[in-house]
Amino acid sequence: MSSNVNSVKNTIKVALGLCVVCSIVISSAAVILKPMQTANMILDRNKNILIAAGLFDPNVNTNADVASMFEEFTPKMVHLDEGRYLTSEEMQQLGLNPETYDQQRARNDPALSGALSGADDVAGVRRRARFATVYVIEDNRGGYESVVIPVSGYGLWGIMYGYLALESDGNTVRGLGFYDHQETPGLGGEISNPRWLAQWPGKQIYENDSDIRFRVVKGGGQGDYQVDGLAGATLTSRGVENMIAFWLGELGFAPYLRNEVRGG
Amino acid sequence: MSMNKTILIRPIFMDNPIALQILGVCSALAVTTSLTVTLVMCVALTAVCAFSNLFISLIRNHMPSSIRIIIQMTIIASLVILVDQILKAFAYEISKQLSVFVGLIITNCIVMGRAEAFAMKNPPVPSFIDGIGNGLGYSLVLIVVGTLRELFGSGSLLGYTILPVVTDGGWYQPNGLMLLAPSAFFIIGFFIWVLRNKHAAQIEKNEFEMAPHTAGKGAH
Repeated sequence: MSSNVNSVKNTIKVALGLCVVCSIVISSAAVILKPMQTANMILDRNKNILIAAGLFDPNVNTNADVASMFEEFTPKMVHLDEGRYLTSEEMQQLGLNPETYDQQRARNDPALSGALSGADDVAGVRRRARFATVYVIEDNRGGYESVVIPVSGYGLWGIMYGYLALESDGNTVRGLGFYDHQETPGLGGEISNPRWLAQWPGKQIYENDSDIRFRVVKGGGQGDYQVDGLAGATLTSRGVENMIAFWLGELGFAPYLRNEVRGG
Repeated sequence: MSMNKTILIRPIFMDNPIALQILGVCSALAVTTSLTVTLVMCVALTAVCAFSNLFISLIRNHMPSSIRIIIQMTIIASLVILVDQILKAFAYEISKQLSVFVGLIITNCIVMGRAEAFAMKNPPVPSFIDGIGNGLGYSLVLIVVGTLRELFGSGSLLGYTILPVVTDGGWYQPNGLMLLAPSAFFIIGFFIWVLRNKHAAQIEKNEFEMAPHTAGKGAH
């Protein structure tokens, strides 16, 4: 018996059988649970947009509030290079919808994105989609109360995805939230810790409306233009700083903020 | 039946995987800052440990010894991925907090240790019970550590405020050390000390004896 069990033929048979069984179990679980996982991810992303905009208080609100609170936002599509909103004809032409547009997927679509050259690619994202969905809260005088823009940048292990909410001046930070990242739990992963994010609201990005003065500083955090970096996560902190520099720079949302938010 | 009961109870106090065998300490440090996360981790590990023991025991007589460990790892890894997928579907926020530590159950020595030490030699039912017992032993330590750390580190339990902290206008000054990994070492250390005081048989013999100081003769 034992020599039979240990024969080469049996070894291969057992190995193959086990692999087939395990892969069937795993793949069917993945397929069956996929719709629920996607729904959870979208819910979590929307919640982070709300948290960035300062509307959602995790101690008071629950996940059930997300859908109704999210109605305060008007999603709009921005043409990043030209710094303006897309008209509805243009959106129709391109087949884009601000509510379903997936910027991460568009990043890999040559029709909707472009590669960044080394010097331009401050945030390490390699490619950039030409369009982005922003979420604006309109005030009752026809202006803006707040705009929430998508930001992303390379940290230590991978690209960090989040949303940055700005006040109507297009300069003062209202809040920041990350919904996806691969940073080390307990070190760089602290970027999604509410206590660290609490120092962001009220900080300024631009000096004289054009130069980015904002920095993530180790042992700093004083003044209007600095937040304190994360201890033990120098590269992640630098990644966050680069992310802000890129997305609020000329290749990011700077033209849009100039034309539509501050001007309009 | 009493045999099965012994298998179930023994790993909780007498043969605790963390306190006596000092296995699986890594996750005991990492996921015990809040009790909710701790409880989910305990359930996840207990489920993986029990089912991996069951499946490995079921096919133990057909397992070629040359690829024994690889088969065990494949089964454990598949179960862990399954648990991870289920958590992402039904408890997304907790799965985000647990992050890599669910995946790291694969390398948790308790699971692998029980598979190799028990399930390979015993029939499926006792193996399954052994998995649950060891999962409970692990859970006991984690729950003790998690309770103490959340209570004294954040003044709450399961997210509900017990000791109102100073920053929220209360009187309790939270102990920041409790939120850091070293505090779990201290608590596990105390846990082991209490346990070994009660069950003296668990105290290990010194591997060597300290020689007394040689008496100085003074300088000439």
